[in-house]
Amino acid sequence: MQNSWRFLYIHLTLLLALLLNVMPLPAAVKLFRPDWPLLVLCYWVLALPHRTNIGTAFVLGFLVDVMVGTVLGVNALGYSVICFVVAANHLKIRNFSVLQQSLLVGLLLALYHLVVFWLSHFLTGVYFRAAYLWPVLTGMIVWPYIFWFLRRTRRQFKIQ
Amino acid sequence: MKPFFDRGPSLPLRLFIALLCSVGLITLDHYTDSSVQLRSYLTATVSPLFYLANMPQDMVFGASEQFMSQQKLIEENSRLKDTLLLQNGQLQRLQFLQQENDKLRALLGTSPVTEGQRLIAEVLAVYSHPFSHQIVLNKGSKDGVTNGQPIIDDLGVLGQVVSVGPSSSRALLIADNTHAMSVRVERTGLSAVAEGIGQSDALRLIHLPHSTDVEVGDRLLTSGLDGVFPEGYPVARIIKVQRDARQPFLQVLAEPYAKLDRIRYALLVWPHQGTSQIDPKILEEMTPPEQGQD
Repeated sequence: MQNSWRFLYIHLTLLLALLLNVMPLPAAVKLFRPDWPLLVLCYWVLALPHRTNIGTAFVLGFLVDVMVGTVLGVNALGYSVICFVVAANHLKIRNFSVLQQSLLVGLLLALYHLVVFWLSHFLTGVYFRAAYLWPVLTGMIVWPYIFWFLRRTRRQFKIQ
Repeated sequence: MKPFFDRGPSLPLRLFIALLCSVGLITLDHYTDSSVQLRSYLTATVSPLFYLANMPQDMVFGASEQFMSQQKLIEENSRLKDTLLLQNGQLQRLQFLQQENDKLRALLGTSPVTEGQRLIAEVLAVYSHPFSHQIVLNKGSKDGVTNGQPIIDDLGVLGQVVSVGPSSSRALLIADNTHAMSVRVERTGLSAVAEGIGQSDALRLIHLPHSTDVEVGDRLLTSGLDGVFPEGYPVARIIKVQRDARQPFLQVLAEPYAKLDRIRYALLVWPHQGTSQIDPKILEEMTPPEQGQD
């Protein structure tokens, strides 16, 4: 019972992040939408690497592909790569302050956007615009809030 | 603390498997045709999520309609009545012109342009990911939506349906990178291909020689030559013509009439049934007048 509830909570937050990712927004702020699923995934990988791992990242990325309409597998690949970097260094990253983490998350987000852009450029020939990188900045800004919120709820529900 | 990865394969191996799966998926989706079926199935599976994600917006709109003052409603009502009157007046003239056009076409021996069926669809999600401009509509195969069906709105052409689920469908917008369509310049009758460049406010006309007569402000209409979009719908207005002798072709940009980044309702158009049936017979009859026009 207890175990399934924990399992459910992690996936509930990931689902919520997916919904935020496709929620209709006014055109003016649409380009600034942070990559919610990736940020939430990063937190869970950081906190509980034995529960959420590359498998979860792959499935989540695949769902993003389906919902966003990019070529299937592009986001799955990006998510898996980021998840690998975070999982391999999770002990180090945990010891950073939230602001340092936020800078690192910015770096990871930039890497993710680079991977997705490269693949999309290779597959469909998209052109680069600097505006594509706004989510990196907004992601860095919202990371501390996501971190605090998820850590608080994780401790409240005693998810390990 | 729990031991790290107490079971299952090691981390790099997991990454390797994930990468292999992703590359497999990309190949399957991009280089084979079987993915259309898969896509429509997946679209159907995740469509409840789109309904869910749309709920807050629907609630806000619903609430604002609930609390609209009576004065505002009366104003809006009278304004709508005015537009209706105006448009009905224009419609009378249109019917007359349509009849006349049909008669003239009959004289020439060409097939009349018939009005197809239409259906209003609500937009569940406009996802303008920079790399994919698509919308999800709340009508699917249950409502008779088919693959490749054109969608328009009150201003111009929006795009075409690319995958259909039972109660929702996904449409590619004309601004998407992978989309191209056949258009005709209204002023000169010149045919061209307009392709999306991944920006919701610009299309590009490709392969136009430097000697082509195009000007800023020219209207582009669908030409019907691509077999997807019916003829004569407004698509875009030319906003930039750059004659650079170093480039092999003219650099022409056009702005779509439809506001592609804020679509709420779309009109699904069933192209007139005529085309596929008349092809063999009428085509021969059609050739002489067409040659005359050119």
